[in-house]
Amino acid sequence: MKKTFIYLILILGSIVFVYPFIWMLSASLSPESAISNLVLFPTSPSLNNYSQVLDKIPAARSLLNSLLVSLVITTGVIIFGSMVGYALSHLEFKGKKILFFIIIFTMTLPFQLTLIPQYILMVKFQWVDTYLALIVPYFLNGLSIIMFNQYFKSIPVDLIDAARIDGCSEFTILFRILWPNSLPAIITVGIITFMSSWNEVLWPIIVIRDEHLMTMPQLITLFAVGGRAESQLGVKLAAAAMLAFPVIVAYAFFQKYFIQSMASSGMKE
Amino acid sequence: MKSNKIVPYLMIAPYLIHFLVFISFPVLFSFFLMFNQWNIISPMKFVGLQNFYKLIHDAQFFRSLLNTLIFLVIHIPLQIIVALFFATMLNQKIRFIGFFRAAYFLPVVVSGVVITILWQQLYGYETGLLNRILTGIGIRKIGWLTDPSLAMGSIAIMATWKNVGLYIVLFLAGLQTVPQYLYESADLEGASAWQKFRYITLPMINPTMFMVVILSTIGGFSLFIEPYVMTGGGPLNSTLSSVLYIYKEGFFYYHMGYASTLGFFFAGIILLVIFFQKRYVERETR
Repeated sequence: MKKTFIYLILILGSIVFVYPFIWMLSASLSPESAISNLVLFPTSPSLNNYSQVLDKIPAARSLLNSLLVSLVITTGVIIFGSMVGYALSHLEFKGKKILFFIIIFTMTLPFQLTLIPQYILMVKFQWVDTYLALIVPYFLNGLSIIMFNQYFKSIPVDLIDAARIDGCSEFTILFRILWPNSLPAIITVGIITFMSSWNEVLWPIIVIRDEHLMTMPQLITLFAVGGRAESQLGVKLAAAAMLAFPVIVAYAFFQKYFIQSMASSGMKE
Repeated sequence: MKSNKIVPYLMIAPYLIHFLVFISFPVLFSFFLMFNQWNIISPMKFVGLQNFYKLIHDAQFFRSLLNTLIFLVIHIPLQIIVALFFATMLNQKIRFIGFFRAAYFLPVVVSGVVITILWQQLYGYETGLLNRILTGIGIRKIGWLTDPSLAMGSIAIMATWKNVGLYIVLFLAGLQTVPQYLYESADLEGASAWQKFRYITLPMINPTMFMVVILSTIGGFSLFIEPYVMTGGGPLNSTLSSVLYIYKEGFFYYHMGYASTLGFFFAGIILLVIFFQKRYVERETR
C-alpha cells in the first residue's frame, strides 16, 4: 500500500522531468497552429521547422565548432591536469605548498571578476573571432588537478618505484603506467570538462561575433534572442531540440558515467 | 638522478604559465582598471575613485543584487525540499531506482539554453502549456514572465527544475551513509517519522546540505543565460541579474573601467556570502 503510493509519486516525478522534452520534440515537428496542444505525438509531423532553422543559421557548422572546441579543451585538461596532479601526488619539489595555494585560489575566484580583463586580453592578443579565444583560457583548470591528485594518491608507490628502477622517465610513468590505471579519474574529468565547455555560452558570446565560428549553444541562443526566428515558436523549439539531441543520445548510452561524474564534481567543489 | 630536480617543474610549467597569463594578470589588470575610464579603443583616462562613487549611487546594480537575493531565497529552500523529498522516496528499497534517477537527472545534462527556450514556451501567457493547464482546471492565467513581481520567481522555479536531479543524487548518496541501526533504536524508543527525520537524518546529511547550499549560491550568482534569453532583464529590471548587468556595462556600452569595478565588488560579495555560509554550517555541525 505504502509502496504503491511511493511508486505513484516517483512516476509523477519522472513525468514532470521528462515530459517537457517530449513536448518540445512533438511541438518542433508540428505546424505553428498546433503547437500549444498537449499532445504526445504530432498529428501531421513534418521537418519543416528544422529545415527553416538550417536555412537561417549554419547549425551544422556550429555543431562541428562545438565538437572541436570541447574535444581540444578536454584533451588539454586531461593531459596537463594529470601532469600537475602527478607532480603533486608523487614528486618532491620546492614550492608545492604555494602551488596548492594557487590552485585553491583559482578555484575560489569567481569568474565575474576575470570576465572583463580576460576579454581585454583576447582583444590585445587579437584572438577575438578565433578558436584560440574559445580554447586557450579553458585549456587548464584547478578542479581537474585536484581530482587527478586525489586519484593518483591511491596508486601504490611501489608500482612507480619499480618503473623508475627499470629506467622509465617520469613522463613515461605518468602516461604509460598511471594513465591506464586511472581510467575512472580520466572519464570523470573528461565528462565534466566536456560538458562544461559544451554548455558554455557567456564567454563565446563575448569573444565570437563571426557566425561561422560560433559554438552551437551560442548560435542557438542568439537565434532565439534575435529576430531571426521571427517569433515562430516551432522554429525556436526545433533549434533547441537540435542542440539537445547529441547530449541526450550520449546520455542515453552512458547515463551511469554522466551521473557519477557530475555528482563527484559537485562533491569536490 | 639530476634530471629529477627539473622534471617536477616541467610538469607544472604549463599550468603556471596559464595561471600567470590568464588568471593573475587579468586580476591585477582589473584592479588597475577600477581607477580608470576606458573603452578599449581610445586612450585610458585616470579617474581616481570616480567608479566607486558611481557604484554606490547605481540603483540598477543594487536592483540586480536584490534580484539575486530574491532568486536565492526562493531557489535554495525549494531545491532542498524537492531534492530531499525525492531522495527520501528513492531510499525506500524500491525497484527501477536506476530509471527514476536517470529521468530526474535528464535536465541536468541538457544545456541551459535548451531549458530556457523550452520554459519560455511553457511560461507563455496566451499559448503557454502552464497557462493552458491552469485555464483547463478553471484558474485564471498567470503572467509568469510578464508580471514584475513573479518573473524572478518563475526563473527560480525553472532553475530548480533543471538542477534538482543533481541534488537528488547527492542527497541519496548522503542518506545511504546513515547507519540503519540508528533508525532501529529510535523505533524501539517510539520515535515518530518526523522525529527520526529531524534528529537522525538531518544531522547526518549536514555535509550534503552544506554542499547543496554552496553550489546553489554559486549558481544563483552566475545567473545570466536565463534572463538574457527569456526576459532581457525585464519587466522593469525585475530579472536583471548582476552578471547580465556587468555584461551590458562591459560589452554593450564598453565601460571597461566601471564594469571591472562592478566585477570586483560583486566577486567580493560572493566570497563574503560563501564565507559566512561556511562559518554558519561549521558552527551548526560542531
